[in-house]
Amino acid sequence: MDKLSVAHLLGIKYLNTNDIDLIFKTADHFKEVINRPIKKVPSLRDITIANLFFENSTRTKLSFELAEKRLSADVINFSAGQSSVKKGETLIDTVNNILSMKVDIVVMRHGNVGAGVFLSKHVNAKIINAGDGTHEHPTQALLDSYSIREKLGSVKGKKIVIIGDILHSRVALSNIFALQLQGAQVKVCGPTTLIPKYITSLGVEVETNLKKALEWCDVANVLRVQHERMDIKYFPSTREYTQLFGINKEILDNLGKKIVIMHPGPINRGVEITSDVADSDQSIILNQVENGVAVRMAVIYLLAQQIKR
Amino acid sequence: MSKKTLLNSKDIEIILHRLACQLIENHNDFSNTVLIGLQPRGSYLANRLTDLLKTEYNIQNLQLGLLDITFYRDDFRRREEPLAATSTQINFLIEDKKVVIIDDVLYSGRSVRAALTALQSFGRPKNIELLVLIDRRFSRHLPIQPNYRGRQVDAINEEKVLVSWKETEKKDAVYIEQR
Repeated sequence: MDKLSVAHLLGIKYLNTNDIDLIFKTADHFKEVINRPIKKVPSLRDITIANLFFENSTRTKLSFELAEKRLSADVINFSAGQSSVKKGETLIDTVNNILSMKVDIVVMRHGNVGAGVFLSKHVNAKIINAGDGTHEHPTQALLDSYSIREKLGSVKGKKIVIIGDILHSRVALSNIFALQLQGAQVKVCGPTTLIPKYITSLGVEVETNLKKALEWCDVANVLRVQHERMDIKYFPSTREYTQLFGINKEILDNLGKKIVIMHPGPINRGVEITSDVADSDQSIILNQVENGVAVRMAVIYLLAQQIKR
Repeated sequence: MSKKTLLNSKDIEIILHRLACQLIENHNDFSNTVLIGLQPRGSYLANRLTDLLKTEYNIQNLQLGLLDITFYRDDFRRREEPLAATSTQINFLIEDKKVVIIDDVLYSGRSVRAALTALQSFGRPKNIELLVLIDRRFSRHLPIQPNYRGRQVDAINEEKVLVSWKETEKKDAVYIEQR
């Protein structure tokens, strides 16, 4: 107890329930810290962290960077756009070059599935996966569960529906693992073209009718339509998508109960969710962002605890 | 392992009253003073003193905060077992206040050093004092001394001082134990 069972955070599927409990308990303390007048603790004074983003990111990168700085770690940032990756350097070479500058923890986002696992086998640093292709995005799933726990008291026994582009979503996969591990029921809802063929083998039910899905659930986690990952047309038009799977105030008001609305961002306002829903009191979208910093602080702190000098 | 009783519940009660009176001597009505108990073990003493000051000495508006110092400790990653945090409950700023840090045993002084750093997150206090139940004077690693002490103990490093409180261990007592 009080120790993570893993040496890196590569995906939710490698964690157990004790790990998640420990991360959440630690995050509770950090949430208190980041609401103080001076929002900083000196725990990681002698730790250096590299944020390697081979794919674009705004909020995840900012959230990680803030979490690292709130823990007093030294931070270096790297974006593939401005780097030697463009000149043909391999992933291991890039990372080893950065590690020779004495980096202890690597936070990495990469377009290829399994990039984090690959790196953890070849370099001597703690790896935190900040998203690998369409595979996993563990810290997002942790902060989503943490936000549900904060809003509804616990995740256990809750009904959660994940709506939208499940096929291209690492958020969906990590969320399914995290929610099931904590004893929640999970359904997915979206156009059949955007739902992976074997998703039911994970114990997830598929619902293609949005209204039925919303009537069933306590929480709806709405995903963004990832146009950039779609090489072919998965649905006829954005307009049609919105008509069938877009969430608006009218649908929510007709449910007869108040469900919680979540979105990992960035939002396509008016596509998967309307503005009045995103900004309503049912939405915990901004709480998710705040909790993201606390949860990432907890993950970094707990992994850093394992580094021995 | 031999265990010797250093203070019994009667002794502790007398000491608590004395410490409360010493605090009143220096802080009058506590209008500009806050008490900060160090989590986890110092909070029992802090709560006990606060109750005493309120009920027996009629001090109103006493502000008590509980401070967790886990993230400020200097032995992070230097010990085998991981450090588990407890909660911090300070709902006020300490800007320009007189602060009294309260802990049960003063040993190396490192916890107090961490607390001094941690308190900076809540403002710049006017001054900070230290109150401890047990002062183990021969084992300091840092130049830190208490302003108020319950009992001074000349225990050697092989000995361990255990404080038990009736809230958790059913009995108020201080023991000294051979390691």
